[in-house]
Amino acid sequence: MNLALPALVPALPALGAAAIFATGRRAPGFARPLAVLPVAASAVLALVVALQLGTDQSLDAATRLTPTGGPDILLAIHLDGFSSLISLLVGLVATCVQIYSTAYLKDDPRYPSYAALVSLFTAAMFLVVYSGDLIVLLVGWEIMGICSYFLIGHHWETADARSASLKAFLVTKLGDVPFLFGIFLLGADAGTFRISGVLQAAAEGRLGHPTLIALLLLAGVAGKSAQFPLHTWLPDAMAGPTPVSALIHAATMVAAGIYLVARLLPVFLLSGAALLVLSVMAAVTMVGSALCALAQDDLKRVLAYSTVGQLGYMAGALASGDRDAAVFHLVSHGAFKALLFLTAGVVIHAAHTNSISAMSRMPGLRGRVPDAYWTMGIALVALVGLPPFAGFFSKEAVLTAAEHAATGEALTNGLGPASAVPSAAGWIVLVSGALTALLTAAYATRLWLVAFHSPAGAAAPVTDQANGHAAGAPYSPEIDEADPAQAEPHAMRWPLWVLAVPTMGLGVAGLRPEWLPSLLDGGSLRPSTGTAVVGTGLALAGVLIAYAAWRSATARAAAPGRVPGQAGPPAVEAIPAAEPAVTPVADPGRTLLGPLFGPAQQGFHVDRLYTVLFVRPTTAAAQLVRFLDREVVETYVRGAGNGATLLGWLVRRAQNGNAQTYVSALLAGVVLLAVLVAVGS
Amino acid sequence: MHLVYPAVLAALLFSVGVYGVLARRNVVLVLMSVELMLNAVNLNLVAFDAWLRDSLHAGQALTLFTITVAAAEIGLGLAIVLLVFRTSGTADIDRLTALGDPNEDTAEPETAGASENKAAAV
Repeated sequence: MNLALPALVPALPALGAAAIFATGRRAPGFARPLAVLPVAASAVLALVVALQLGTDQSLDAATRLTPTGGPDILLAIHLDGFSSLISLLVGLVATCVQIYSTAYLKDDPRYPSYAALVSLFTAAMFLVVYSGDLIVLLVGWEIMGICSYFLIGHHWETADARSASLKAFLVTKLGDVPFLFGIFLLGADAGTFRISGVLQAAAEGRLGHPTLIALLLLAGVAGKSAQFPLHTWLPDAMAGPTPVSALIHAATMVAAGIYLVARLLPVFLLSGAALLVLSVMAAVTMVGSALCALAQDDLKRVLAYSTVGQLGYMAGALASGDRDAAVFHLVSHGAFKALLFLTAGVVIHAAHTNSISAMSRMPGLRGRVPDAYWTMGIALVALVGLPPFAGFFSKEAVLTAAEHAATGEALTNGLGPASAVPSAAGWIVLVSGALTALLTAAYATRLWLVAFHSPAGAAAPVTDQANGHAAGAPYSPEIDEADPAQAEPHAMRWPLWVLAVPTMGLGVAGLRPEWLPSLLDGGSLRPSTGTAVVGTGLALAGVLIAYAAWRSATARAAAPGRVPGQAGPPAVEAIPAAEPAVTPVADPGRTLLGPLFGPAQQGFHVDRLYTVLFVRPTTAAAQLVRFLDREVVETYVRGAGNGATLLGWLVRRAQNGNAQTYVSALLAGVVLLAVLVAVGS
Repeated sequence: MHLVYPAVLAALLFSVGVYGVLARRNVVLVLMSVELMLNAVNLNLVAFDAWLRDSLHAGQALTLFTITVAAAEIGLGLAIVLLVFRTSGTADIDRLTALGDPNEDTAEPETAGASENKAAAV
């Protein structure tokens, strides 16, 4: 195969980004084509590369980048089914997002820098996917991190965006430091940074510290893929523009951690302890985030917590030793979660608010955004995991993998012995996965019903809602400057339907072994009957429970007789106190979670815990250092200065200008010397 | 004549000269004291020349030389004194402290420390 093609895939968006950075200020008109065309061309090239490579093949090529004295750093390309599949996903989502952004950020004065950063991010993601060398992969990994930082802080006028971008950067870097050491240790043990060499070393048992390496790498993965305990940055990252959330914080960058573990899974299979840690991490993440999602009022935060949970599914599949299932879920989740975020962007533009309870009071919202309404429904069904949508098959693949791991027959597909996966990991993933299926269905249903189907919305008078901007919410240029009458321009409508196609149809690809599995390791992705029945049953149960809770909450909300100004019963959310005339909103989440609702809304106070554990000690240490610097070190500096001044003052006393004094001193000196010489001799 | 008489005389003359240089306030008198010291040296030169019976009389020759130089020197010195008196209105050596440290009177150690603090604060 011509190596220029795979090399061009990451290069084109990078060049596009450079061109936008160069011309964006002087010729902003070029920004749109320069943003869309290179990314689209890369997507096409990625497709061509995937087709040329075909199935059951891999391609490795490398050129030495720099001699290091230790293991060489190579500019290496590694192409196989995994990289083909994920590069296709990245290309598709990035193209859709770029097209969507042209309309979404139409009036944004900083659109050129935004588009350039998205292009740069796309290039970095392609680099991560194609790279066959861990150091080069790390370069892409960090470029993605810095792009994410800039893009979260796109609306840097608001304090939320500023603090969220800093938080995201710091938390992911916190994971990246151990990750870097893990890579060094891996390279030192294997004698090379090439992934193929590392895997070979793992197969031959030449890795000296597999558990340590795996745990260090897991820290970076937890940071990037927002797994517990480093997940807290992702919900806050929703301060960025919605298309960025779709591309970076749902579909691609956060999946990079999963992709990396999938690539290095043979290393992880050497360490049962690491797999156990991964499974516990995944279990805590998915259950906790699903509970949080059930309590959030911000549409994007619901989706963010949902992303965290779905990434937990992928991590669970990896902990069960089945990377096929993990990557399958990665791809299908990438498609439907990107779709969810893009529809959320449309809805937010139309409703002028992020709050789903405010949306529920909005009359006719459903009718104003019909495409977003239907595609969001499709994506939510995929998220819940009902057949025949993509999410069903990929989630069932994960559950099947966990089931096999629990019974000691892990589907490692030849990467390692099935006994490498502890059955406890399988059980943990299976139980938490089933529980999460229930919770996922509940919060997806709640989101759908509250945002679009609230009877309060139909009944509410058309008053101040029409001009948007929910009371009490801070001003946001992204939301408030959109034209609600044109919430669905073509550039925002068609990407939705493009992404809806894989959301609906991708799952079928896993059914036949010669379709999707042949691209991957060849393991079966067909859901097993037991988990399929249990998983679907739990999902249906979740939907029904949420619906019932919504019905009862709605009935109670309607019971006071819809008198404006009358507060609802306690179980009903009486949203802003500043707007007494607002009809109370029925929130099934409050009914379902009961006393857990408050903590879940705050993300179980993990942020507050981190504030107490880390932020305050750091601040206190900084104050101590400041005190030591100002009061202790500077005292010595000042003392040195004052001492010199004092000595100088003493010397200056002699220089009084009186020549007779000088001569007297001279004489005294002469006499002294003479006496000394006389006495001495 | 014993050597000790001229030597003691020279020492006394020199001491009177030193006292005059150190203690007198008038510049002219200081110059005169310097001459006294020079002449004490001259006396020594002559006395030792005679005592050592130097055939070349180097001591006496050097004394003549010194007297000449002293004459020139006193001429220059008096001219300078005259000019100093004309410009500063005084020939009092205690007041001619223009070459001294000008801050000597104001700069006390306390104020020096304070100014240092001010500089650090700035």
